[in-house]
Amino acid sequence: MVAKKGNQYDPVKALQLIESQFEMVQILNEEGKIVNKDLDPKLSDEELVELMNRMVYTRILDQRSISLNRQGRLGFYAPTAGQEASQLASQYVLEKDDFILPGYRDVPQLLFHGWPLHMAFLWSRGHYEGSVLPEGLNIFPPQIIIGAQYIQAAGVALGFKKKGQKSVAITYTGDGGTSQGDFYEGLNFAGAFKVPAIFIIQNNQYAISTHRDVQSAAKTLAQKGVAAGVPSVLVDGMDPLAVYVATRDARERAVNGDGPTLIETMCYRYGPHTMAGDDPTRYRTSEIDGEWEKRDPIVRFRTYLENKGIWSKELEEKVVERAKEEIKVAIKKADAAPKQKATDFMKIMYKGDMPFNLQEQLDAYVGKESN
Amino acid sequence: MAQLTMIQAITEALRTELKADENVLLFGEDVGANGGVFRATEGLHKEFGEERVFDTPLAESGIGGLAIGLALTGFRPVMEIQFFGFLFEVMDSVSGQMARMSFRTGGRFNAPITIRAPFGGGVATPEMHADSLEGLVAAQPGLTVVIPSTPYDAKGLLISAIKDENPVIFLEHMKLYRSFRQEVPEEEYTIPLGKADVKREGTDLTIIAYGAMVQESLKAAETLEKEGYSVEVVDLRTIQPLDIETIIQSVEKTNRVIVVQEAQRQAGIAANVVAEISERAILSLEAPVMRVTAPDTIYPFAAGENTWLPNAKDIVAKAKEVLTF
Repeated sequence: MVAKKGNQYDPVKALQLIESQFEMVQILNEEGKIVNKDLDPKLSDEELVELMNRMVYTRILDQRSISLNRQGRLGFYAPTAGQEASQLASQYVLEKDDFILPGYRDVPQLLFHGWPLHMAFLWSRGHYEGSVLPEGLNIFPPQIIIGAQYIQAAGVALGFKKKGQKSVAITYTGDGGTSQGDFYEGLNFAGAFKVPAIFIIQNNQYAISTHRDVQSAAKTLAQKGVAAGVPSVLVDGMDPLAVYVATRDARERAVNGDGPTLIETMCYRYGPHTMAGDDPTRYRTSEIDGEWEKRDPIVRFRTYLENKGIWSKELEEKVVERAKEEIKVAIKKADAAPKQKATDFMKIMYKGDMPFNLQEQLDAYVGKESN
Repeated sequence: MAQLTMIQAITEALRTELKADENVLLFGEDVGANGGVFRATEGLHKEFGEERVFDTPLAESGIGGLAIGLALTGFRPVMEIQFFGFLFEVMDSVSGQMARMSFRTGGRFNAPITIRAPFGGGVATPEMHADSLEGLVAAQPGLTVVIPSTPYDAKGLLISAIKDENPVIFLEHMKLYRSFRQEVPEEEYTIPLGKADVKREGTDLTIIAYGAMVQESLKAAETLEKEGYSVEVVDLRTIQPLDIETIIQSVEKTNRVIVVQEAQRQAGIAANVVAEISERAILSLEAPVMRVTAPDTIYPFAAGENTWLPNAKDIVAKAKEVLTF
């Protein structure tokens, strides 16, 4: 029997209705013009300049990191160029007590939340001192298991809610991450417990080489929040103002007790997945790269700020020089870290006394290391 | 002193710690108003309220992530996995995340998380409820794994687990939940993790066991006693880390050992025990150390489990092999 379609029974229409709600929000267009005056966050000149500073700084850090990696002076590195607006305009909204649960590409947000640069370099090199997190710094080290940070963010946010603390847990994953079970479990838990969490999907179009369209039949990734009853929005992820506004509003709702938000930021990663041998020419063309580069977050923000008369070549050059200098200093500091010992690892395994088996091994290694 | 079953002793331990520390939170599937599918959390939702004792959505991985996040914000989560066979759904949170919490943050964060889960054979459950998966978690550095065999031990060990600053897996054998009663003190007491217990003293043979196999081993010891053998039974209680000291002391006393586990031969803890004995006490041995285990198959469907599970008879037979070697 084929059921008669009508208002009460039309699953296709129901889906289309939902999908039609997820149009991409843009405030600052590719030409650096405000196209949505109602949503303009009206940041002060100082705030705009500081956001630009951070994006330029991060672009330089990305370039230098790639070259340090090629020289063998950095380890694991996941390039960030193209995602500066997604990463930094969302982090810009946060307060110090907000907790970031990052993916492995989210090092820039951690830096601007207070992770010292030399520690990020040590982490990249695979030195444990990089992740000996300072007291009071509310971050988790970059997560490698795709999606795990989503369920943990629900937990951190539930902790804030139980303590009555007006803070948020913010977590990031990519388009590929939205296919993981933990993505759905995290969103669903956060919705069910109505906790102050912000879930960001940085849709940079590729999970390593697999295109976003292979990941899901869903027209947008933002709409995945609907099933969990979580307010969701799709924004131009190369528009710093759109990312800022969506995150700001999400944070406000969260600390007011109105629960979590899911934000999809439409963006692009210019570089390879990581510096460990990924070759983007195998899965995308330079024409596609070129199309996305026209939407570059820094180019459009520069135009916008220059037109406002608050940005100049000189100002930008200053940031570039500062970035280069700080990177140099941080690398030197990372170089000075002592060689790692097996006993170091044993000492950070447990809080409190170590179990018998490890204590016995520690004693053996102490002897070995003193030889 | 009250005579309690193991499940009642577990409820008492949870109540004691909910009272003692306001950061202790209890959560999982159906642990709230329902009191858990085995009634382990009976009455606790009513007594401590929704903030402290609460149901979660049905997703084990999410429950594990929730525990990690709550630990990051200063709570002391006690999470339930409804049956330990569902471990695979939450394996990343357990072995991939909470076991690494201190390590990957240089000690800044720790995971004072207790994972409670029923497991074990002999109670005719559907698939993936009865499996002995303790070997999987015991193989992961960063986790402590506890399996009590008596009501008294269950309360003291669970309180220690909850107070511990690192993640502890606390496995409750379903067959032991209501199989016998024991005097259990009302007040708070702890039994140290990582300490075995000599459940019966003897001089001719040591049987090392844990969980439901402790009871089977005690039965076997009685049978053997009637035949003139004096048998010692060591209950490991904590299977990771092992209490090497107690094990070796007993081996040096009796010089003959069998190790008993309900898990398959390839999947359990007995092999670790045998390896430790062979490294540390081989010259004390009068016979090879032998194992009594289940065979290396998938855990059988319910109607077949009693032909598969090791029992007192199997233990007696293996003991005689070692005693007469």
